[in-house]
Amino acid sequence: MSVHTLTAARLPFADLVAPVAPSGVWQESAWLLVAIPLVSAAILLLAGKRSNRWGHWLGVAASAASFVIGALILVSLLGVPAEQRVVELHLFDWVSVGQLSLNAGMRLDPLSLTFVMLVTFVGTLIHVYSVAYMEHDKDRRRFFAYLNLFVAAMLLLVLGNSYLLLFVGWEGVGLASYLLIGFWNYRTEYAVAAKKAFVANRVGDLGLLLAMMTLFASVGALDFASVFAAVGSLDSSTVTILGLALLLAACGKSAQFPLQSWLGDAMAGPTPVSALIHAATMVTAGVYLVVRSAPIYEAAPNAQLAVVVVGAITLLFGAIVGCAKDDMKKALAASTMSQIGYMMLAAGLGPIGYAFAIFHLFTHGFFKAGMFLGAGSVMHGMNDQVDMRRFGGLARYMKVTWITFGLGWLAILGVPPFSGFWSKDKIIEAAFVPVEGAEWRAWVFGTVVLVGAGITAFYMSRLFFMTFHGEKRWTTAAEGAEQHPHESPRLMTWPMIVLAVGSVALGGLLSINSAFTTWLEPVTGHAEHHEPVLPVPVIMAATLVLVAIGLFLAWRQYAASTVPVVAPAGSLLTRAARRDLYQDEVNDLALVQPGAYLTRSLVYGDRQVVDGAVTGIAHGTVGLAERLRKLQTGYVRSYAATMLAGVVVLLVVVLVTRI
Amino acid sequence: MTLAASLTEAGNTSAGEAVVFWVLAPLMVLGALGLLLSRRTVHVAVSIAGVMVGLAILYIAQEAHFLGFVQVVVYTGAIMMLFIFVLMLVGVDASDSLVETLSGQRWIGVLAGTGLGVLLVTAVTRASFAAPQGLEAANADSNPVGVSRLVFGDFVLAFEATGALLVTAALGALILTHRRRLGRKVGQRETADARVLGGGRLTPLAAPGVYARHNAMDVPALDPYGNPIEESVSRVLRIRGQEAAAEEFAMRELSEADLVPEDQHLETTEDVPTTEEGGEQ
Amino acid sequence: MSLTNYLVLATLLFTIGATTVLLRRNGIIVFMGVELMLNATNLALVTFSRIHGNLQGQVFAFFVMVVAAAEVVIGLAIIVSIFRTRRSASVDDVNLLRN
Repeated sequence: MSVHTLTAARLPFADLVAPVAPSGVWQESAWLLVAIPLVSAAILLLAGKRSNRWGHWLGVAASAASFVIGALILVSLLGVPAEQRVVELHLFDWVSVGQLSLNAGMRLDPLSLTFVMLVTFVGTLIHVYSVAYMEHDKDRRRFFAYLNLFVAAMLLLVLGNSYLLLFVGWEGVGLASYLLIGFWNYRTEYAVAAKKAFVANRVGDLGLLLAMMTLFASVGALDFASVFAAVGSLDSSTVTILGLALLLAACGKSAQFPLQSWLGDAMAGPTPVSALIHAATMVTAGVYLVVRSAPIYEAAPNAQLAVVVVGAITLLFGAIVGCAKDDMKKALAASTMSQIGYMMLAAGLGPIGYAFAIFHLFTHGFFKAGMFLGAGSVMHGMNDQVDMRRFGGLARYMKVTWITFGLGWLAILGVPPFSGFWSKDKIIEAAFVPVEGAEWRAWVFGTVVLVGAGITAFYMSRLFFMTFHGEKRWTTAAEGAEQHPHESPRLMTWPMIVLAVGSVALGGLLSINSAFTTWLEPVTGHAEHHEPVLPVPVIMAATLVLVAIGLFLAWRQYAASTVPVVAPAGSLLTRAARRDLYQDEVNDLALVQPGAYLTRSLVYGDRQVVDGAVTGIAHGTVGLAERLRKLQTGYVRSYAATMLAGVVVLLVVVLVTRI
Repeated sequence: MTLAASLTEAGNTSAGEAVVFWVLAPLMVLGALGLLLSRRTVHVAVSIAGVMVGLAILYIAQEAHFLGFVQVVVYTGAIMMLFIFVLMLVGVDASDSLVETLSGQRWIGVLAGTGLGVLLVTAVTRASFAAPQGLEAANADSNPVGVSRLVFGDFVLAFEATGALLVTAALGALILTHRRRLGRKVGQRETADARVLGGGRLTPLAAPGVYARHNAMDVPALDPYGNPIEESVSRVLRIRGQEAAAEEFAMRELSEADLVPEDQHLETTEDVPTTEEGGEQ
Repeated sequence: MSLTNYLVLATLLFTIGATTVLLRRNGIIVFMGVELMLNATNLALVTFSRIHGNLQGQVFAFFVMVVAAAEVVIGLAIIVSIFRTRRSASVDDVNLLRN
């Protein structure tokens, strides 16, 4: 059976698993997951400076409490059979006006709980890390308030049972991202970066709003249960529009092409922010949206193809850009963009890809967050420098960081038996699965994914070797900053260790008996196994070979030979990649300039036409008055002439009308 | 006395009246044109007098005997004489140049006049009147009697009012043109005495103060005792509260340090002869 | 000839009087133009009284004459007193309301 016939047989989606009511105290208290961090954020913001001494611990406690409750709900769900694992918890009636009736509720199912676990676990670790990382910052309490706000909004996003609640969470994480990127907003460029992120997100939000409006107009409701039940009755153009609008929203939030320009600049925020929001959780919200809206995409194959194409383009885009970045955090950001491209590509492949997209998302959360925390640790030890060309040879001085970072590096490369291997390889296999009627898809996307894996290996190894290996290229006292790299305090190293353990083991553990994919089946459906166009061992071997080649090339250039301290001129592609493949220029030309031009022309129109009309009336009146004034000659005789002329006119009128 | 003024059956005038009309009408129009076009004012007055006389003849031809005589007596006799007197008074040789000073006035005048004439003539010739009845019956007791019956009968109120109007006009003319002094002329001595007897200020108002650091009209002058004189500042400024205080601008007490030091006094040359030395020699 | 000829004559005189008011600068001549207009009106009134066969037109003309006389008296007095101060009888000098 091909994918298409499988798709056709699975509609309507709603019959897959019917939502049940919550059972047990933990499921019924699921709203605490959102409420606790939200209240904590409110307390921290309102209490002000008084809470500076204990504020950060409150933040950590709130995040940990959410993790504990989430774990308890997970345990309770694991105790029931698969058919009862989609729980809808009704919270309150939100809007009840005429035909419009929106309820606020939570959907506890495997997909949302996976995200809950990821967000709270990684989030709590990053909270602990931030206690030490932000120790010298006088605004640490505010930082924790924003982090808690983010956690609350992200949990609302994944737990909401309707597109409306999802949108509330969506906006909330956008707000938190803006606040956190621009945390040090006394530096203008950071504030500008925050604005850029927000605006790019806004463009994506437009897509989500469009989708919600279309849904409301055609289906009349926004909650997942009603929408998925009604998808089968919508005509194909509506569903395609829905799919494309949701894709636009996902692109904005997940920094996919064409809305990818904000992610590199978002590294202006503190490193814990980059780790939590722009690696593990917020940027994955787009993938969540696509997977959650699977029924819509199943009914719109063109939109699905668009998802795959977007994922493929971003995959390569991020990989190429990552090869040329000397700023460590920006290279990791490009890597994030590329990995999410993998996830989007998998999500666009249909049922065979949903589970692997989420799996890769989960493992990626661990190793990418771990690598970002490692980067933060390196920065902490090197006086907040980020230029990798001034690093080198740090392995000896920061052993824990080196080891944990190295484990994450191996995971992202996809080296067995680390996590990345289990998730990424499955995606590569799924990409090679043929689609009936479009043989080219398997070959094209499969090749893209393979090549992407090779390039990923190259640039991630480049990053690793430039930072930790090779000769020391540190700045000296003569250049203004003498470097004494040292290991970070325990509050920073322990989260990194925990995440490294996850990077190593989680993938393998969850792949035993396909535990993870089976766990997700109530949401993603059971996908039959299909043979890819190339045999699986061939694909696996090819992947490993490409990875090895990438690693070797990076080792040869950055570990075995000297790395120039000043970036060399490089080829055309290198220069373009350093400038993010001219994404800012393209955005400027395509959007900013026309927008500015439109604004200018509107201002011009307002001034000339509207104001011109008003002042024109004024000037006309004045001019008319000036001309009329000349009638007042002051001479009696001209007045007499006027009177006589008036009489003549009067006579003419009278005579004409009466004759 | 009846003149050959009665109408025929069809409402046309008799032939004699037609002759009178056709002789007089061109003359009158020429006279009126003389009014319009003559340069010498006396010619103008004479032309219009001629028009008035022609009008009187036409009134009599139209069986308005009373009005005809009144026209000659009042208009030609009184009014035109008045005009000529005034013309003499104003200056008979002040010839009125015919060059037009107001731009466009001539054209407007000609146009409006011509337009008016054309329109009125059109209106009059196209109007349809009842068949003319003539004044045979109305003049049965002679025209003055008939007119007086109406004036003192139906229109007596208007008659009284115009009488009052005439009286008023005569009085008005007297007042407007009276040149002789009505009272005794008051000389300068008498005016000055009246002013002193009336009390109040005799001297002019003091000017505002002039100080070392201020010279403006909002600061009052000081009297010999050092008190500011209120009236030296304009009343309007005082009312508005914009008067400045004199003390702000008075000179400071000079301290020793302010005095010019010895070595900066003006140098005097040695060979300026003193008067004593010159006187002794 | 019909009586409308008188009316046409009255109209012509009226027009010429009006044009005089517009075109002459000397105040006294302007005044004379006004008088000509009044007289033309009188002629028309007399003609109408003849047409209608009663004397009301003539009475009206009589009153017009009286009022014209009063008006001439006052008007000339004014002109005289103005002339005394300004030494000029031109109506164009009275132009302080210009513009």
